[in-house]
Amino acid sequence: MSNKEWPLWEVFIRSKQGLSHKHAGSLRAADEEMAIENARDVYTRRSEGISIWVVESKHVVASDPSDADSLYEPANTKIYRHPTFYDVPDGIEHM
Amino acid sequence: MKEVNLDELERKFQEKIDNDIKIEPKDWMPDDYRQTLIRQISQHAHSEIVGMLPEGNWITRAPNLRRKAVLLAKVQDEAGHGLYLYSAVETLGADREDTIDDLHSGKAKYSSIFNYPTLTWADMGAVGWLVDGAAIMNQVPLCRCSYGPYARAMVRVCKEESFHQRQGFEIMTKLAAGTPEQKAMAQDALNRFWWPSLMMFGPNDAESKHTQQSMDWKIKRHTNDELRQMFVDATVPQAELIGLTIPDPDLKFNEETGHYEFGEINWDEFWEVVKGNGPCNKDRVDARRKAKEDGEWVREAATAYAAKRKMRKAS
Repeated sequence: MSNKEWPLWEVFIRSKQGLSHKHAGSLRAADEEMAIENARDVYTRRSEGISIWVVESKHVVASDPSDADSLYEPANTKIYRHPTFYDVPDGIEHM
Repeated sequence: MKEVNLDELERKFQEKIDNDIKIEPKDWMPDDYRQTLIRQISQHAHSEIVGMLPEGNWITRAPNLRRKAVLLAKVQDEAGHGLYLYSAVETLGADREDTIDDLHSGKAKYSSIFNYPTLTWADMGAVGWLVDGAAIMNQVPLCRCSYGPYARAMVRVCKEESFHQRQGFEIMTKLAAGTPEQKAMAQDALNRFWWPSLMMFGPNDAESKHTQQSMDWKIKRHTNDELRQMFVDATVPQAELIGLTIPDPDLKFNEETGHYEFGEINWDEFWEVVKGNGPCNKDRVDARRKAKEDGEWVREAATAYAAKRKMRKAS
């Protein structure tokens, strides 16, 4: 039976209107329809969601954690991208 | 292929752990850490799944519709908890079906408490109150476990478990305040489940071979004896409040330490049950095996249906 295992799906849930879908976990299902039904039963038993996305895990492309230093280093050196970098004179309240 | 130095990787790994930075699935981790987690999380998953059996036993015989709906919801939660945990095991590269086959072959363990029978309705109270209570004691610190997917699964589980313990205590409270027969039934359930519940925390610290390494890796945050003491301290006043007696003549409150002292646990019984000689070990594993075999045609039909739909879509 083991080699006939159903594909793995990643589940994303929108908890309420106005918020984005967020990764909730994963599950096994024979097809996308069953994946949605299982996701409802496994991840929304207490009204945690109003919309579900399922994506077969094999379609997710992820960055390699060992590349983290080189991938994110450029952002670390550009502190002028944050508003706190700038001097605002006293007396200015909202900017 | 990058040149990697194993000592350097291990050092960086432990540094993350020491700084409370979570380990995520694709991060480098020592093989022992991975194997320890696969063992612990899969056995935790098995416990959730096998744990449905003693309670499922009473769903059709619940005393009223409210109790039945509650018990059904609780058992369904346990199935969900098993699924969160099997998913967490899969992030470590383990094969879900292999871990389940290990349960069925007797190679993998599950919590020994589920090898005790549930003889009366009061046992649903005792299981919710004591067994889920002990499980919560264990699981709350696991929400801070160093492995991200396990910690996240535990957050969900703990949120859901809190109603489990309350519904059990409610059953016990009602029975303890009922007729003399009902109260006796509640006391009998407490008598049978008290000691096995204390055993749920595992051997004494001195005998626990995995504890130190698991603490260093921050998989475990408290030792077995610490958790057991927390459970006793929390539970004894609850029993007193509803007029039930903890079946331990040596139990007494130590004013100086602020903790309850309790009698010696029967470790021979514990090891016998772990080894497979408890009252229900065989029934539990047989029931799981049968469920898998009997469900085979359903899984095959679902697979065939999925293939058929895919073909139709393509044409």
